[in-house]
Amino acid sequence: MDAAARTGASNAEKGASTATRNRRTSWTPAWVPYAQAAPLALVFFLFFVLPLVATFVVSFWNYTEYSIEPAFVFSNYQDVFYGCFSGSSRLCTTFATYLSTLKFVAIVWAVTLFIGFTVAYFLAFHVRTLPMQIALFMVCTIPFWTSNVIRMISWIPLLGRNGLVNETLQSIGLIDAPLEWLLYSDFAVTLALVHLYTLFMVVPIFNSMMRIDRSLIEAAYDAGASGWQTLTNIIIPLVKPGILIGSIFVVTIVTGDYLTIGIMGGQQIASVGKVIQTQINFLQFPIAAANAIVLLAVVLVTIWGMLRLVDIRKEL
Amino acid sequence: MPNEAADLELAAVTKAYGETIAVDRVSLKIPAGTYCCLLGPSGCGKSSTLRMIAGHEFISDGDVVIGNQVVNDLPPAKRGTAMMFQNYALFPHLDVRDNVAFSLKMAGVGKAERRQRADELLDLVDMAKYGDRLPSQLSGGQQQRVALARALVTNPTVLLLDEPLSALDPFLRIRMRAELKRYQREFGISFVHVTHSQEEAMALADMVVVMNDGRIEQVGSPREVFNAPKTVFVAKFMGGHNVVPEGGKSYAVRADRIRLAQPGEAGTEAKVTDVEYQGMTVHVAMTRKDGTDLIATLPESEFDRSPVAAGDTVSVAWQPADRHELAA
Repeated sequence: MDAAARTGASNAEKGASTATRNRRTSWTPAWVPYAQAAPLALVFFLFFVLPLVATFVVSFWNYTEYSIEPAFVFSNYQDVFYGCFSGSSRLCTTFATYLSTLKFVAIVWAVTLFIGFTVAYFLAFHVRTLPMQIALFMVCTIPFWTSNVIRMISWIPLLGRNGLVNETLQSIGLIDAPLEWLLYSDFAVTLALVHLYTLFMVVPIFNSMMRIDRSLIEAAYDAGASGWQTLTNIIIPLVKPGILIGSIFVVTIVTGDYLTIGIMGGQQIASVGKVIQTQINFLQFPIAAANAIVLLAVVLVTIWGMLRLVDIRKEL
Repeated sequence: MPNEAADLELAAVTKAYGETIAVDRVSLKIPAGTYCCLLGPSGCGKSSTLRMIAGHEFISDGDVVIGNQVVNDLPPAKRGTAMMFQNYALFPHLDVRDNVAFSLKMAGVGKAERRQRADELLDLVDMAKYGDRLPSQLSGGQQQRVALARALVTNPTVLLLDEPLSALDPFLRIRMRAELKRYQREFGISFVHVTHSQEEAMALADMVVVMNDGRIEQVGSPREVFNAPKTVFVAKFMGGHNVVPEGGKSYAVRADRIRLAQPGEAGTEAKVTDVEYQGMTVHVAMTRKDGTDLIATLPESEFDRSPVAAGDTVSVAWQPADRHELAA
């Protein structure tokens, strides 16, 4: 009876509060916000959610050299992980490919974080006027004024065997023979990826830095902190959310990248995206779908892990 | 426990930003253990002066001396000063205890020792039970106490406060004002407190420094400054004064020394322009024939004996002894 009375009371309260909530608070009709969000929601649904569901479904289908049949089999996933759990000392193709991709992810993440943090720090703390900050920001976006492919192609005359760098180094006598590792190599891939994605680190870190109250830095100085101590004790902890958002951009993009790795690696370096692309070229959609789902799972787990490191809701 | 209190001396301290002179050859001696208020309107150079003492602003010219050491080129932590910032500048990602222990951590004091010291300070400002909270979980007054504990943890010889009460609501401001005064007495060190509120300065200070336009207008105890303003600016800024021109000179007359009488009686005629009821007192605003605006503050009972209203003509008078000559 007591409990019933309490429920009754709480329902009454709820009734009262809904009544208040239903009272008009604005002249805008209630459906307007939904209408504003609808175009993007529709695009997302039609061209993101549906294809993703389709991919998931197809990953369980059967295929032969000349046909694709609806089914519910796990053979595609077995094929993806063929030889991976056999206990042999050699890595299976999938693991080797992921390892290669993850190597790039790790290197590119570390380099873009370092460069991005440094650039953001310079922009946020050393450039004093807003017009100058905007101007320098525009400079950072210059690489995005041309298409990715053109940018990569333009590396070739620079880094090639008879390219600008090799010619210069030879002419000043630093090297006798052209450096072979400049182009179509891990170095070239890393260079291109870093060049492409550093901005994705700069923007969120810069944004976090701009939100730091300058008096905090003064307070740290007042407390006797050196520049380095201020950096490690105050600035880095406070820009963690920016670092995290930038890291998510870089890690997810590099994990799925196959164009850059393909071109800058001279089509000699394996990547997960490249594997999927090849399978699609051979019309092996089900196994390509299975690979895509595995890739998606890897990316999601990575993001989940990163989100656990920093509570982003608290920080935003 | 606190350091030796030390005298603070400014010798012709100047701050120039390019062509603009923010602080113009300010000389001042603050004896050890003084509550000193730098008072003035915004842009008068009081904050720049404070920041030069603190070591957050380079000194263009002149010397800052603490004890018997010129500290011009020393970083804040080496000057024996500590600063309390206007918005407190507590580190949002550190809990209260780590905020207070921050400068000890920077100095390399071990974790257990610095936490114990931080807890002592928190206990002193009645914040011991909030050690694990984040600054965002504290009220304005609590944040201020934490900021105070953080500034005092290094045993400074001079504590510098930059408009410490301006972020608080009026009720809390008066309470925290009393607390600041108490801590200053207990620690026995000098507090240099920047404010634009003459009420705050009069309530707190042993020594009021009124500044205007990068210069010191007057230095003295609150009573000296209020009762004997030296310049027109000080008389106007401290409030409660009428500035009256007479025979080519300016005089200050306190608003509560002005007597009103029926027209025709001794005094000068003036027209009442406004009457404001303030509770214990009534403010009567008047304009004299020569265009001088006057304010009289009358006790409520006295006002009630012969009430006036806007538009009335009255006779205004004061004792010659209540008239005080001003420079410029």
